[in-house]
Amino acid sequence: MELLTTNNVWMMLCAALVFFMHLGFSFLEIGLTRQKNTINILFKNFFIITMGLIVYCLVGFNLMYPGDFNIIGNGILGFAGPGLDAVAAADLSYNEGYTYWTDFLFQGMFAATAGTIISGAVAGRIKINAFMLIVFLYILIVYPIVGSWQWGAGFLSEVFGFYDFAGSTLVHSVGGWGALVIIYLLGARKGKFDSSGNAVAIPGSNIPLSAAGVLILWLGWFGFNGGSVLSADPANTSLVLVTTCLAAAAGGLGASFVSTLAYKNLDITMFMNGILGGLVGITAGADQMGPTDAIIIGAIGGTVVVLGVAFLDKCKLDDPVGAIPVHLFAGIWGTLAVGIFGASASFDQFMVQLASLGIVGAFCVVGALIIALTVKSIMGLRVSAEEEEKGLDISEHGTKAYFSS
Amino acid sequence: MKKIEAIIRKSKFDEVVKALHDAEVYFFSYWDVTGVGNEKIGNVYRGITYSTKDIQRRCLSIIVSDSFVDATVDAILKSGATGNVGDGKIFVYPCEEAYRIRTGEKGNKSFN
Repeated sequence: MELLTTNNVWMMLCAALVFFMHLGFSFLEIGLTRQKNTINILFKNFFIITMGLIVYCLVGFNLMYPGDFNIIGNGILGFAGPGLDAVAAADLSYNEGYTYWTDFLFQGMFAATAGTIISGAVAGRIKINAFMLIVFLYILIVYPIVGSWQWGAGFLSEVFGFYDFAGSTLVHSVGGWGALVIIYLLGARKGKFDSSGNAVAIPGSNIPLSAAGVLILWLGWFGFNGGSVLSADPANTSLVLVTTCLAAAAGGLGASFVSTLAYKNLDITMFMNGILGGLVGITAGADQMGPTDAIIIGAIGGTVVVLGVAFLDKCKLDDPVGAIPVHLFAGIWGTLAVGIFGASASFDQFMVQLASLGIVGAFCVVGALIIALTVKSIMGLRVSAEEEEKGLDISEHGTKAYFSS
Repeated sequence: MKKIEAIIRKSKFDEVVKALHDAEVYFFSYWDVTGVGNEKIGNVYRGITYSTKDIQRRCLSIIVSDSFVDATVDAILKSGATGNVGDGKIFVYPCEEAYRIRTGEKGNKSFN
């Protein structure tokens, strides 16, 4: 009982830290976009955390952790019924690491982050109603089903032997794939590419705010990865926090080094995105790596982000905050890195990681396509050019975020 | 009476104010202006080089009596210059009349 109490306290603290990440995401997104869309971003982020928790309570949790309630195949689709189960919760032998309630809350905080990733990429031009419907469906259906394949003891973990410690694939790439599909359908912000197709800089409105966001996200990652140990096991939690922080540091330095080399300029936003790339990169194998592995994975994660930002610009895809380089590209890297570095490195493991990435990616892309095209046919995805020009704060929410007096 | 309008670098503002004070010009209005010109600034944001089309300057509007015009212009020319493109411009206009609202005085008396 004492052990359960200790473990449970740690897990609740981690749930709180992951919750705090939503402020980090909001700050980062506001700072890297234009001032005229600030209320819109806050609205989206408030919607994601509120809707995400309720939907996860009513459906998602039992879709992600179906137990023995299989619907299709063994571990492909299952559903343990709507709502939370007070009877199961009363049984404290549920788990030695945490109570049923803590389990729900910690996982619920995770579910919402997948939607937040989409929010950053589509900033500045999506209709708020279309966004809310898309994210609702994505968190309702796509996120928990993919999660069930691995964390819900589904086929990826039981049959394939896929490894994803805290969600480089299951959380970050799921959000990233959704974001990629939707920005492809949505098109770039007006003025992001000139008439000959070259990318144009649209500088962020508040870099100090995004800096606060990045540091809050880093702090939140103590809970995101630290809580994914699923207990307060001293050896594992401490190692995970060390690998997480080393990867973040190496990610920032790596990204800064590469972007300085490439652009002859000390770019703060690349530095900050690189930290996040390092964090996403280590997330798949944070408990498998030694300090050196973590530094290498982080540094490559940061590099992937810098190259990813340039790659998206080349592809004429507009991702104002770098959500796709950070969460999708670095997420893919981190997932593959489990097969290259650390305790479970082997060629076989690498192939399993690759195949699982492919399956998850295909499911997310198809899911996001169906959801986004359906929503598009109902209400359209994009605001009018005039509304975009005025800013979504005025055109979608009827007011501004800042007044000069 | 003349109106002297000067567009100067914000970074030179304090020096220009001091030079004007030394020339016994104590009262004027100013505001920040945005313009386009020959100055090119190569900024970089997330790997994309861009040139700021907007140039930020400060505009001074000074009303002086005719005998002060040369000294005022001279003070701005000397204190506002860096020698680089973008130091700004000075325009001198005739000023038809001036009034001090408190007393109703007009002409040179209204601002001396």
